[in-house]
Amino acid sequence: MGPTPLSWYLVLSAVLFVIGALGVLVRRNIIVIFMAIELMLNAVNLTFVAFARSLASTDGQVIVFFVMTVAAAEAAVGLAIILAMFRNRETVNADEITSLRW
Amino acid sequence: MVTMAAGPLPTELLRWIVALPAAGVLWHVSAGRRWPASARVVGPGVVLGAFAVALAAVAALHAAPEGAALRDHVAGWIAAGPFQADAALRLDRLSAVMTLVVTGIGFLIHVYSVGYMHDDPDSVRFFTYLNLFITAMLVLVLADNLLLLFVGWEGVGLCSYLLIGFWYTDTANAVAGKKAFLVNRIGDAAFLVGLFLLWNATGTLDFAGLDARLSDLATMTVGGWSLPLVAGLLLLAGACGKSAQIPLYVWLPDAMAGPTPVSALIHAATMVTAGVYLVARLHGLYALAPAALAVVAVIGTATALFAAVIGTAQTDIKRVLAYSTISQLGFMFLGLGVGVPGAAIFHVVTHAFFKALLFLGAGSVIHALGGEQDMRRMGGLARRLPVTFWTMVAATLAIAGIPPLSGFFSKDEIVWGAFAGPHAAPVLGVVAYTAAFLTAFYMGRLLCMTFLGECRASEEVQHHVHESPWTMLGPLVVLAALAVGGGFLPVPRYLDPVLGAPLPGIAAAHAETPAPLGVLALATLVAAAGLALAYWMYVVQPAMPWIVTAQLGGFYRLVRDKFRVDELYDGVVVRPLFALAGFFARVFDPAVVDGAVNGAGVAVAATSALWRRLQTGNVQHYALSFLLGAIVLVAWFVRG
Amino acid sequence: MNQLLFLVLAALTVLGALGVVLRTNPVHSALALVATLFLLSVLFVGLDAQLVAVLQIIVYAGAIVVLFLFVIMLLNLQTDVRVLGGGTLVAAALAGGLALAALLVAAVRGASPGPRGALPAGFGATVSLAHKLFTDYLLSFELTSILLLVAVVGAVALAQKKR
Repeated sequence: MGPTPLSWYLVLSAVLFVIGALGVLVRRNIIVIFMAIELMLNAVNLTFVAFARSLASTDGQVIVFFVMTVAAAEAAVGLAIILAMFRNRETVNADEITSLRW
Repeated sequence: MVTMAAGPLPTELLRWIVALPAAGVLWHVSAGRRWPASARVVGPGVVLGAFAVALAAVAALHAAPEGAALRDHVAGWIAAGPFQADAALRLDRLSAVMTLVVTGIGFLIHVYSVGYMHDDPDSVRFFTYLNLFITAMLVLVLADNLLLLFVGWEGVGLCSYLLIGFWYTDTANAVAGKKAFLVNRIGDAAFLVGLFLLWNATGTLDFAGLDARLSDLATMTVGGWSLPLVAGLLLLAGACGKSAQIPLYVWLPDAMAGPTPVSALIHAATMVTAGVYLVARLHGLYALAPAALAVVAVIGTATALFAAVIGTAQTDIKRVLAYSTISQLGFMFLGLGVGVPGAAIFHVVTHAFFKALLFLGAGSVIHALGGEQDMRRMGGLARRLPVTFWTMVAATLAIAGIPPLSGFFSKDEIVWGAFAGPHAAPVLGVVAYTAAFLTAFYMGRLLCMTFLGECRASEEVQHHVHESPWTMLGPLVVLAALAVGGGFLPVPRYLDPVLGAPLPGIAAAHAETPAPLGVLALATLVAAAGLALAYWMYVVQPAMPWIVTAQLGGFYRLVRDKFRVDELYDGVVVRPLFALAGFFARVFDPAVVDGAVNGAGVAVAATSALWRRLQTGNVQHYALSFLLGAIVLVAWFVRG
Repeated sequence: MNQLLFLVLAALTVLGALGVVLRTNPVHSALALVATLFLLSVLFVGLDAQLVAVLQIIVYAGAIVVLFLFVIMLLNLQTDVRVLGGGTLVAAALAGGLALAALLVAAVRGASPGPRGALPAGFGATVSLAHKLFTDYLLSFELTSILLLVAVVGAVALAQKKR
């Protein structure tokens, strides 16, 4: 079989992205929501790398480098917030933290 | 007309005529507070000063060629684009006559008030208002343009309101003052519309300018009607309000609630003549609209007769005099309407003499009887109040029109004008004779009921009857002398240059031919007959009035109740207005206005209550909106 | 990369992703995530992005997921009784998700590869990446390092127990 076309990679990336988005919207557990967010970020990384290869440009990979760095920082801070929230509310379920409602 | 500024300062005298009484007002409201006794000196004093300055100004006027006018430009006032009106005063023969009457009679009445208001704790306020009135009246008669005249017009209306309701603690007095003001307002609204029309047509409101543009005005129309006619009628409406003619006379009888000097000064001698002055001043305009003059004459005659009839059945001494004033004003309007404005102004002067005298005399009687005003409880006072009695006799003879007293001359000129004047209407002349007969009758009745026959007052009142102090009697004597001799003042001839023919072809200001002897004799006979009838009915046969009223039954009661005009106005005008106001206050305002405002608030609150449900607090719901937005964006970019 | 190999890897990756989202036990979700990351790393190698692939394993699978597991253990999370949110939310999310998927797939299906010369030598190796980082993207590089510092300080501050 021949080399895989670019569009296949992109379709895979789209599917992964949507699965991640669904996870964010549907799951109650905040940790799982976070993991789904990481999944979305990785789908984007895949897109970038595929285009980097396709356009023979290293710039795509550099962007992936940055995405990973920022994702790490975000994960650290986000989890710290979850810890703080857990101490106050005794829960990690997204639909139980609604004090900013009308 | 020639305007001049001759000599060192004669024109600048004019402003002092107005300034002195105004200074009096300022004195009373400042120093007068701490020094109440000064009001009794300053009050009359400033008016006397104004009289003196007026005499000097008139002397200066006579140094000028006949028909000229002194013009004192005090200050520029309004200059708004094409519209300009200055604070300027004008002294010509017409305003000279009026000014001398206002300040002269005003001074006498101020002196009288010193005595009359001696025991009143509010006398400082009284003199403040009186001086203010004199100021405003002088502004009115000396104004060089219609707008300044209107300022004075409103000013005297204000003072009338203040003085009628002087003893305001009695609500009835305040109500009377309010009625006067409101009825005058109706006339004033028409006055203003007339002013607008005149300015719109000619671009000027000062008298010199209007006189210069008379030939232009002759052909102008507004809405298909002749402009002089419409303007003339509108200004006449204003004059009817101020001068108490039909249909706006109803305030004057109620105005008797004020102190008697007020009735004498304002509601007899000066303010009510402002309407006559206005029409006389604008005689050129009215000459262009004979129909308007006809209306003036008819209203005047009708009012003269109507008020005279009512006057015969009144029992309050001041009310009789009030209706008498309305009736005499009707005579003046008749004179204006038939084209003899000089005679009308002559009657203004003589009427000021004898009507002021009548009121002041009535005040003296009331003062002597301790406040009694009902003639049914008077009588037989001739011996106990001799000065008052004899001066009242003079006044009664004058107003009845017995020669050679003043009233005879002035009234005769008017009635003769109805028969032979430029716009003669003999029918009106006959009606005028009837009114003159009734005038003599009810004045005779007043004299007889008050001074002759048996005294019908209570024992206690009779015990206290005493003649008034000399501050009150002095003016009575002076006025009596004027009432007797004033007829020989050649007022109509004097006013000829001012009120004479404004345009070639328009007739002169007085009847061309003097009245024939037969007419004079008839007038005298009519007057004498009226007096004789009154004497017979009230002194010789005291039971006659009862018999007559019993015979006349319902008609008598109608007359006594002033033909129920007040009730008619109440039902036709006042009540519907109150109903309308009530509707707006109780229904429209809460439901519609408040409803709209509150409704806006409710609508906002309801809308926001709907929208805020979006804020669930659940982060995933917000993320869902992100997703939807993302879908929209992607779709947008995919479609391209 | 060989198409057959790609299809196999793709299928496994999707399975892993589904596992992350659908497993009730959070630890299982984390493990599924690790698997997904590994598979993605393999895909990266196939796309001549060796450095990125290695970084993926070291940073993502090796640090971030470990962090996740630490927190799960710290909070002693158990399997929830109710895993998914409210019914309407699920329905709306599914609808939206399917719509988005359809749109995206439609968008990328016709993607044609750009002008493609031969790959430069050392494409995807450390040196070429480092070269880019320290020349063209130097500013971003420095800013990210500051960002990391801030994130660390912030995380420590947030996670502290209140005195």
